[in-house]
Amino acid sequence: MSEKVLMKGNEALAEAAIMAGCRHYLGYPITPQTEIAAYMAKRMPKVGGTFLQAESEIAAINMVIGVSAAGKRAMTSSSSPGISLKGEGLSYLAGCDLPAFVVNVQRGGPGLGGIQPSQSDYFQATKGTSHGDYHMLVLAPDSVQEMVSMTFKGFDMADKYRMTVMLLADGTMGQMMEPVSLDMGEVAEYDKSWAVTGTGCARKHNVVNSLFLKPEELEKKNFERFEKYRYIEENEVMYEEYMMDDADICIVAFGIAARVSKNAIDMARAKGIKVGMLRPITLWPFPKKELREIADKVKCFVSVEMSMGQMIEDVRLATECTKPVLLCNRVGGMIMTPEEVLAKIEEADKTGGNN
Amino acid sequence: MAVVFEKPKALTDAVLHYCPGCTHGIIHRLVAEVIDELGIQGKTVGIASVGCSVMSYDYFDVDMVQAAHGRAPAVGTGVKRANPDNIVFTYQGDGDLAAIGTAETVHSAARGENITVIFVNNAIYGMTGGQMAPTTLPGQVTQTSPYGRDTNTVGFPLKVCELLSNVDGATYLERVAVNNVKNVKAAKKAIKKAFTYQTEGKGFSLVEVVSTCPTNWGMTPQNALKWLEENMIPYYPLGVYKDKYAQEG
Amino acid sequence: MTKNMLIAGFGGQGILFSGKFLAYEGLLEDKSVSWLPSYGPEMRGGTANCSVIISDAPVGSPIVSNPDILIAMNMPSLDKYEDATVKGGQIFIDSALIDRKVEREDVEAYYIPATKLASDEGLSGLANMIMLGYVIKKTNIIPFENIDRALQKVVPASKQHLLDSNKKALELGYNFAE
Repeated sequence: MSEKVLMKGNEALAEAAIMAGCRHYLGYPITPQTEIAAYMAKRMPKVGGTFLQAESEIAAINMVIGVSAAGKRAMTSSSSPGISLKGEGLSYLAGCDLPAFVVNVQRGGPGLGGIQPSQSDYFQATKGTSHGDYHMLVLAPDSVQEMVSMTFKGFDMADKYRMTVMLLADGTMGQMMEPVSLDMGEVAEYDKSWAVTGTGCARKHNVVNSLFLKPEELEKKNFERFEKYRYIEENEVMYEEYMMDDADICIVAFGIAARVSKNAIDMARAKGIKVGMLRPITLWPFPKKELREIADKVKCFVSVEMSMGQMIEDVRLATECTKPVLLCNRVGGMIMTPEEVLAKIEEADKTGGNN
Repeated sequence: MAVVFEKPKALTDAVLHYCPGCTHGIIHRLVAEVIDELGIQGKTVGIASVGCSVMSYDYFDVDMVQAAHGRAPAVGTGVKRANPDNIVFTYQGDGDLAAIGTAETVHSAARGENITVIFVNNAIYGMTGGQMAPTTLPGQVTQTSPYGRDTNTVGFPLKVCELLSNVDGATYLERVAVNNVKNVKAAKKAIKKAFTYQTEGKGFSLVEVVSTCPTNWGMTPQNALKWLEENMIPYYPLGVYKDKYAQEG
Repeated sequence: MTKNMLIAGFGGQGILFSGKFLAYEGLLEDKSVSWLPSYGPEMRGGTANCSVIISDAPVGSPIVSNPDILIAMNMPSLDKYEDATVKGGQIFIDSALIDRKVEREDVEAYYIPATKLASDEGLSGLANMIMLGYVIKKTNIIPFENIDRALQKVVPASKQHLLDSNKKALELGYNFAE
């Protein structure tokens, strides 16, 4: 096992991408994720890779499309307003069935918003970054170690399913340092005979394309793509349970909000309140089945998130509104304190979630 | 029986969908002939853009990527950076290249990206049915300039070759036309030089082909050619706007 | 045992560096650690602070809002975090830069003129490490005898000549007698 080192989330993620075989980083500066670009600018030339600062977020994601179409692993990273600009490219990536790895180190919004951590791009990541019917695989790490492992896994899943994997972090995840092991194992190889590498005059030409003017064909493409999504929903859900064995209150939280919630759960447990947490690691696919099962055991849920209440909608859908779901939130770059979460847990304990 | 004329290998057997009198067909053929002559069909990757030529991915018998509106040079950059041994060209119209994709155009030139851009300028948005383009001439009537392009309110056309000639990163810029045999020959020579430069690693080249759009100009093909000679070419003079390696050539 | 630390001061005082040193030492002791800086415009010229947690158990939230140990390297930091410090906590003050005393009586306060000591001893810019040496003595948060290996980790290869002066500063703080 390799020695653990202390690394910033953003830098650890960048190193993990290189270890995953990514040799093309295309990006544009924006706070709070610029360390990723800075790290790549230093490292890529040393590993024979390409770091390119594009003229815009839009150009960057389209360069990712080009690299990916050519059969190579490519990534870009940005923060909320930049991801909005990348939306166009994300839709094309889906329409062309191209793999890509995209990082969103979220900040407060809407508009230029702020630069402090936020989770208010949950809808954007899981429901609709852009036009058309499609999904991205969305990963939400809650530690620097997971920034690394999810990046490594993310590149693999992108190639395996030929789709965009988005790593949804926030300023805290990006800026914090924790001990991390970079021991990730082998990089799997996938067939990329669809890539545009030149026909060598030896095969029919490959076309990477999202245009289907015949509606029958476009419908068929969409149905096929959603077959793949269904498979992913069955097979790729990742989550962590914390103290759920005897819990009668279930917190649902991801990323930094889950870290804060752990403190709050420990505090509540010390007071004798039976509370636990389901932490989705994949936000899409969302751990629907697991939450539905938990709903039969607990009296209520608390969605802890740094948004005005986005994931809470998925919690309600997953649990089919069988149990009340309370919201514990801070927004605009504010992070909830363990005390605030504890207060919500106590309210849930007292009222059973019924106001 | 001796073959006196045949389709270039770099074109597929697909039937072109272009309107009668449209010059895309000629330009496609010139690009394909150059690819054949340079023997690069097997390693060429084309980037189709959005506009009338969107389906050029069906016509060129090389690997193709269809790019979002205006983004072909960025996609081309990605393809070229991924596999520098590939020969990468984009095929773009005026709305794509000089309006929605201006930034991608200027910055791929500024980076000296080793790709070839074929820019078809017919002064109108063809695919969407004839709207004003960034290259629509002053006074020219289109669907969205029904009283003629009024330079007081919508400004002046962009002259792409002139604009890019100030960009240090650009290697070779030439404006050509395909309105007569002489110009078709000159256009092919320019396209061949652009591709040749790329094979020699010389950097960014763009060939602007001043073209007609009889359908949306509302003219017969013959009248469209006449209108091009009398209006387009005087505004967009043909010639070499930049050639870093002119001495060698 | 979990120690929540907050190191706060001006940008340029080496606040983040000293936090990183502590976190690395914790890591080398096989503890769970986290380090979280304030970032953004705050960093540029204004106040800088970082949260450091060293724990025997996995670290939950990396954000320290109620420190067990507060290291205040300027007045605004003391003003801002004195009340946030937990009851029975420890507050370390660079008394060369802060001319008031801690008002609370339910915390332990320590005063060390680190910035003055640094300039007297030709260790300018290392008041942070002098403070830290003293903090280590008073809190035993990490074993002082192991400071070398953490310094090796946090001082970049290109700046190895700074190893000695950092060590000297730590020792100066450690041996400082009230």
